[in-house]
Amino acid sequence: MKKADKFMKNAAGRLVPTIVNGKPVIPFQGVNKYRPTHKGAAPRVPTCIDYPKDCNKIVDSLKEALIKSGLKDGMTISTHHHYRNGDYVANRIFDIAAELGVKDLIWAPSAAFPCHAPIIKHLESGVVHHIEGSLNGPLGDFCSHGKMKGLGYLRSHGGRYRAVADGELHIDIAVLAASAADMMGNANGVLGKHPFGPVSFSRVDSKNADRTLVVTDTLIDFPCYPWDIMGNDVDFVVVVDEIGDPEQIVSGTTRITKSPDRLLIAEYAAKFVDAAGILKDGMNFQAGAGGTSLAFVDFINKMMTEKGIKARSLIGGSTKYLVDMMNNGRTDYIFDGQTFGLEAISSLRDNPKHIPIDIFDIYDFHAKGNLVQMMDVIVLGSTEVDVNFNANCVTHSDGRMLHGIGGFQNCMMAKCTMIAVPSFRDRIPVIKDEVTTLVAPGELVDVIVTERGIAINPLRNDLIEATKNSGLPIRDIKDIKAEIDDMCGIPAKPKLSDEAVAVVEWVDGTILDTVRKVEE
Amino acid sequence: MAKIASAGNYGPKIRSDCMVTIELTDSGGIQIELISKVKNYFGDHIISLAQKELAFFGIENTKVKIEDQGALDFVISARIEAALKKADNTISKSYLPEMKEHCKYKTAKERLRRSRLYLPGGSPKLMLNAGLHGSDGIILDLEDSVHPDVKDSARILVRNALRTIDFKNSERMVRINQLPIGFEDIKEIINENVHVVLIPKCESKQQVTDIDTYIKKLKKDKSPVFLMPIIESAKGVINTYEIASSCDNVVALALGLEDYTADIGVMRSKSEKECFFAKSMVVNAAKAAGVQAIDTVFSDVGDMDGLYENVKQAKAMGFDGKGCIHPRQIKVVHEAFLHTKEELVKAQQIVDAYNTAKKEGKGVVSLGSKMIDPPVVKQAQHILKMAKVGGMI
Repeated sequence: MKKADKFMKNAAGRLVPTIVNGKPVIPFQGVNKYRPTHKGAAPRVPTCIDYPKDCNKIVDSLKEALIKSGLKDGMTISTHHHYRNGDYVANRIFDIAAELGVKDLIWAPSAAFPCHAPIIKHLESGVVHHIEGSLNGPLGDFCSHGKMKGLGYLRSHGGRYRAVADGELHIDIAVLAASAADMMGNANGVLGKHPFGPVSFSRVDSKNADRTLVVTDTLIDFPCYPWDIMGNDVDFVVVVDEIGDPEQIVSGTTRITKSPDRLLIAEYAAKFVDAAGILKDGMNFQAGAGGTSLAFVDFINKMMTEKGIKARSLIGGSTKYLVDMMNNGRTDYIFDGQTFGLEAISSLRDNPKHIPIDIFDIYDFHAKGNLVQMMDVIVLGSTEVDVNFNANCVTHSDGRMLHGIGGFQNCMMAKCTMIAVPSFRDRIPVIKDEVTTLVAPGELVDVIVTERGIAINPLRNDLIEATKNSGLPIRDIKDIKAEIDDMCGIPAKPKLSDEAVAVVEWVDGTILDTVRKVEE
Repeated sequence: MAKIASAGNYGPKIRSDCMVTIELTDSGGIQIELISKVKNYFGDHIISLAQKELAFFGIENTKVKIEDQGALDFVISARIEAALKKADNTISKSYLPEMKEHCKYKTAKERLRRSRLYLPGGSPKLMLNAGLHGSDGIILDLEDSVHPDVKDSARILVRNALRTIDFKNSERMVRINQLPIGFEDIKEIINENVHVVLIPKCESKQQVTDIDTYIKKLKKDKSPVFLMPIIESAKGVINTYEIASSCDNVVALALGLEDYTADIGVMRSKSEKECFFAKSMVVNAAKAAGVQAIDTVFSDVGDMDGLYENVKQAKAMGFDGKGCIHPRQIKVVHEAFLHTKEELVKAQQIVDAYNTAKKEGKGVVSLGSKMIDPPVVKQAQHILKMAKVGGMI
């Protein structure tokens, strides 16, 4: 079986396969052009009399649970990434599979992290065939060099949810870490010794997988409530010593940047929001937990305080900064799909206006409307953008896979999508003639903010008009690019082979671009 | 003659810089080893840049190692030149990058000097985006922020930076070392469109005129290079007026309190009351000589409220500007130097009254029942000009 076959040019002009890992896929047809007509996933029909009468589904070990779930060659196993770089569960699953001599598994995590590097040995030995989920760090490198047997399949958070619910990504066994659970399998991420927040990424797994396992390190008496995962969707419960290291959830990105250049970018973004008339009472917005995004939130918070206005809702990943805003009366609600830090977790647990959300509610293209569409503004980061406002958040300019898509594509549905990026990193210009990998079509990116100026998409004449006398450094994107090219020099084109190593799926399930093997 | 020498910086936390190590050999031709995080993009380019530079200096046999963390061409080139000159001190030529158009703008004797941002002369990373933060001036510092062992290397880097980086209309300043090393600094940088030379630890008129004369001797075009003596000692404070009035090119007198407090044997306090005399002297001498008075830096970069209060105080004493050691201080300094709405209204009334009197041919300006003296009119005009530049009106 070829990893990728029968390539054709899609509506974005990118050459993409129409067969991926032996299954037919549909090339991207343009923004909002494709609507599937089939019915959704049809999960296995269980019967309650086949489960213990007292509903006690605890088994002795993860190994026993996997065996009882019928683990065998070629199955798809899913996990979530709420423990981010501190997850202990995924590695354990594939160690057990190796012990049992199982081969050709597909791992479908909601995201992978550098802590999952041990899975490389299982990819090499054939225990794992390929990964459908974000590829970064050591796994990204492994895949970028063409060493994975199957083709990598990159989906956004909303896209993964959609694929599972639509039946495109069938999960044989979902193994879901929960910081607290009861014997029946009711489970959440806000109680127990290592809480991590809402279980936003996994409800779809628990509803659609053939078998659902809950793994916890804190067993509590029935009922475990809130039940983000419901016991009547669960086959087995496993109690282990530790499911993850919560310290690693907040590692890295969740503090306001101290870099003067990034602060300047955040300040421009905030002032733009004000100048464009978006900053007003009752607004809704989303900003991530990265250093620049948090600085943006900080500026917006100060401006709101000065003007005495209040947002209706903010979307996290929530941090203590968002919680402080709510406690200081700067927003009525926080919607939260991922929580960073104990202050945010206790707020989520204790404040009814800090609302846990399922990825379906916020991001799914096949929801009957989703929250992100109502956001007045969203600020995102990116690895590259181009003069046509296309954006890349998956690969570095040398083609190597750096990040998962996360909510990046899903956020493009907001009323104003802004990308805040430095104009160069280590002398490598961030604004290109053409992005290395297309992750978001330019027609959906409204504003690009750099420390050298703000570029507005020509399609957004309303924003151009609203901000033309703002005194902000609003510039043609080509003009900013020329300045950077003059300063940094023009980098050589990356050496990429024709061989595909992964595909990028658009939110509607079509194939937007191909990631190619990196030549050393 | 040292045969092996290196210049620059390399390490996991270093950005936009490189370390160049050069071994001059007798045979074997030119061998260049490049370790670079941007090798995939700029590897060939960096090698050819090094080859061209070595050819310019007539080097035929050498082993060169470049360890690069994304340095721009002007940095790599400066590091090669510095290493080469360290390995062979008979080399005197300079390998100058092309002077960019955006480096050629002029300054004026009378202009706002509310903020000036210090940039360590050995750290290219901080220089690249320095112009984006809107300070009235940027200072490429060759003095205290540069270790004595790397002065030569920093001088070449600063020279190349002055030919390359767009400082976006900030006044281009260089703080030289104390004499006699300061003369070497001037020699290297003075023809690179330097607007102002800062003279550290200035204590006498003689130092200023020596520097002024030396600059005039070396300067290829005849545009003036302005001088800003920094008063940092008890003796300097006593001699402020002779320093401020020492020559036409002095545009401002600055105060440096770290060294001054050490010199008078006290600890620097947050209130700075132990420096009151020095501050008053600097302001008075500057105003008497018709130049600007610039206050010392505020060293707690995390305390923006403290900075604001500190600058308000400086403004109330008569200072026109403040040193900045972090880009985020600039905006706060500018805000603190802005005049209040009441001050602006008053100033506008005075200027209007003056204009009316002039139009009517009256010799005396009056506002209400009050006579307005010419210095008050001048001050009002100055306030309005500042406010206009500061975006208040």
